[in-house]
Amino acid sequence: MSTLVQRFKAQAEIVTRDLRHRRLIQTALGNYEIQRDKRKAAFIDWQSARQLAAETKWDALNHLDAHLEQFVRRLEARGTKVHWASTGEQACEIILGLAREKKARSIIKSKSMTSEEIHLNDALEHAGFEVVESDLGEYIVQLRKEPPYHIVFPAMHLTRDEISDLFTRELGSAPTSNPEELTMIARRALRQKYLTADIGITGANFAIAETGMISITENEGNARLTAALPKVVISLLGIEKVLPRLADLALFLPMLAVSGTGQPLTCYNSFYGGPRQPGESDGPEEYHVILLDNHRTRLLADGEQRDALHCIRCGACLNVCPIYRNVGGHTYAATYSGPIGSVITPHLRGLQDWKHLSQSSSLCGACTETCPVKIDLHHHLLQNRRNAARQKPGFLEQTGFRAFAFVMNHPALFRAVAVVGRWLQPLHALVKGGRLDPLRPWTKTREAPVLAPQSFREYWRSRP
Amino acid sequence: MKVTLFIPCFVDLLYPRVAISIVRIIERLGHQVDFPEELTCCGQPAFNSGYWDEARDVAGRVLARLEQSEVVVIASGSCGAMLKVFYPDLFAGTPQAEAAQRLRSKCYEFSDFLVTKLGVTDVGARFPGVATFHDGCHGLRELGLKKPARALLANVRDLTLVEMKQAETCCGFGGTFAAKFPMISTAMGEVKCASAFETHADFIVSNDSSCLMQIQGLLDRQKSGVKTIHLAEVLAQS
Repeated sequence: MSTLVQRFKAQAEIVTRDLRHRRLIQTALGNYEIQRDKRKAAFIDWQSARQLAAETKWDALNHLDAHLEQFVRRLEARGTKVHWASTGEQACEIILGLAREKKARSIIKSKSMTSEEIHLNDALEHAGFEVVESDLGEYIVQLRKEPPYHIVFPAMHLTRDEISDLFTRELGSAPTSNPEELTMIARRALRQKYLTADIGITGANFAIAETGMISITENEGNARLTAALPKVVISLLGIEKVLPRLADLALFLPMLAVSGTGQPLTCYNSFYGGPRQPGESDGPEEYHVILLDNHRTRLLADGEQRDALHCIRCGACLNVCPIYRNVGGHTYAATYSGPIGSVITPHLRGLQDWKHLSQSSSLCGACTETCPVKIDLHHHLLQNRRNAARQKPGFLEQTGFRAFAFVMNHPALFRAVAVVGRWLQPLHALVKGGRLDPLRPWTKTREAPVLAPQSFREYWRSRP
Repeated sequence: MKVTLFIPCFVDLLYPRVAISIVRIIERLGHQVDFPEELTCCGQPAFNSGYWDEARDVAGRVLARLEQSEVVVIASGSCGAMLKVFYPDLFAGTPQAEAAQRLRSKCYEFSDFLVTKLGVTDVGARFPGVATFHDGCHGLRELGLKKPARALLANVRDLTLVEMKQAETCCGFGGTFAAKFPMISTAMGEVKCASAFETHADFIVSNDSSCLMQIQGLLDRQKSGVKTIHLAEVLAQS
């Protein structure tokens, strides 16, 4: 579907030239880097911590079946209803079915990228349910009717003034650029929603097989309210979220916080393992867990790229990615943006439709260097390119590279091409930067290099 | 020592002075230079675009010719990474897999060769000016070469090195990426240049001519007086 590439390029053309966007994102992520480095320094050995995290995830995924069975057994023992969904549509159907069965009207949600992946809000709203995002950033982008800009910071592309304008328009509040006041405006609106919501829907950061518990980590307390107040609570998570042991969180919670936001630890860390138990004073009457595949098993079957399932959705690779920083989150038009999105979207949604995300990279490797669970991100982009070309080579491109190989393998021809190039070079000035310029993708914004009067080869031959 | 030089296609045609500087420095240090003229390119453009069969066509000849070499010096971190890191991937499962592994251990990017292989950090260069260093991504992250170039620059007389904040940020070249997604590539380059300008350096030095082609192209378009120069050209001056 070439339209996806065209849309990507058209959007990139706009955003890369938006200097206000560039400044905003560079500053925000520059500050993030300072905080992250400060917190990383508190680890005795960050690299060993990454290695351990990667090995833990590798083990978790290589025994995923056993871990999931244990996870489900423990959950069910406490009265949780566990559902398995092969596809996003199935997961939406399960949730819609529950909402209808409970005669729900209003649904409150805490942050969940997995729900974005399956377009849950659309499905619920389409069926007539009111859905409210309770994470501040998610709430803001929901009011704007746009998807999250970033896995962790959904509204980072907006200034305080833009948020104030939005609240004034949508909530009727007085304009303010004070962050605390803005937060209070959202809080007042959201508190009512918690109290009237019939169902709460959460995501999950980790699924602990050993104890059958879901770990949710957040800074606003909104997930706690989402999971505590409604009578029915549903947690939606991908099957790759599993960690074998509770003790693994001693590593993963700080790593997620440091990589995600540059915090030593996220403010609220909660566990959910079932509905209200006898003798307990709070908790939902019903607790449902939906385990989603949605092509994760396809990635699991790919020996080369299986480690992409290590991802803990910290967003660190987005934060350091010079492509992400320049095109912004919305340009990707995929649920998961940045390097991890470019790697996994082709697996989740089709290689040929989404290969342009893997091509749109300078392969600088900043993502791989920063990834706390050591996903070989930029090399996976290369593999996606290879797989795409192997599966469906572009005629022009393949012919071009065959010609390239032929010239490079015939040094005399290579020299001849250089000589002809030198003859033609003075003519380039006539078309430079214009529609007829064969180098236009380069010369539109950059001066072209000049062929030297004498190549190194010629110099070498002329040496006494 | 007999040093085999691998000169990438674009260095040969666009930046011969980089290669000439490398020859002069290596010879000045008392080593013999061998230049296999039949080798033109490492095959990276095809490899990075996903056309691995075509890349193997080119790379196979490189592999065969360099089999006899004692040590190979590559005038680019990016092509260095191709030979050292990506050939083993490219030839995995083929009859040349072992040859690719053997080549790996005798390949050096130029600055790495001087510092790691020869143990030389002072080549007696003099270069008056203020410079900032750009880490090419392949040299930095695939080959792990943060230190050698800086160790060499630290010993250049009359040169002041001022680090820029975003020394490790990609310049946006990325091979065919620069042509396929020119708007992104350009924005990345502009961010890079802005970081370099903050240092007030007169020169942006790097050990990768491909990055410098991108940066110089933008500097020229902006009519900036800042110049890019390859590490080898700095080191060859006295």
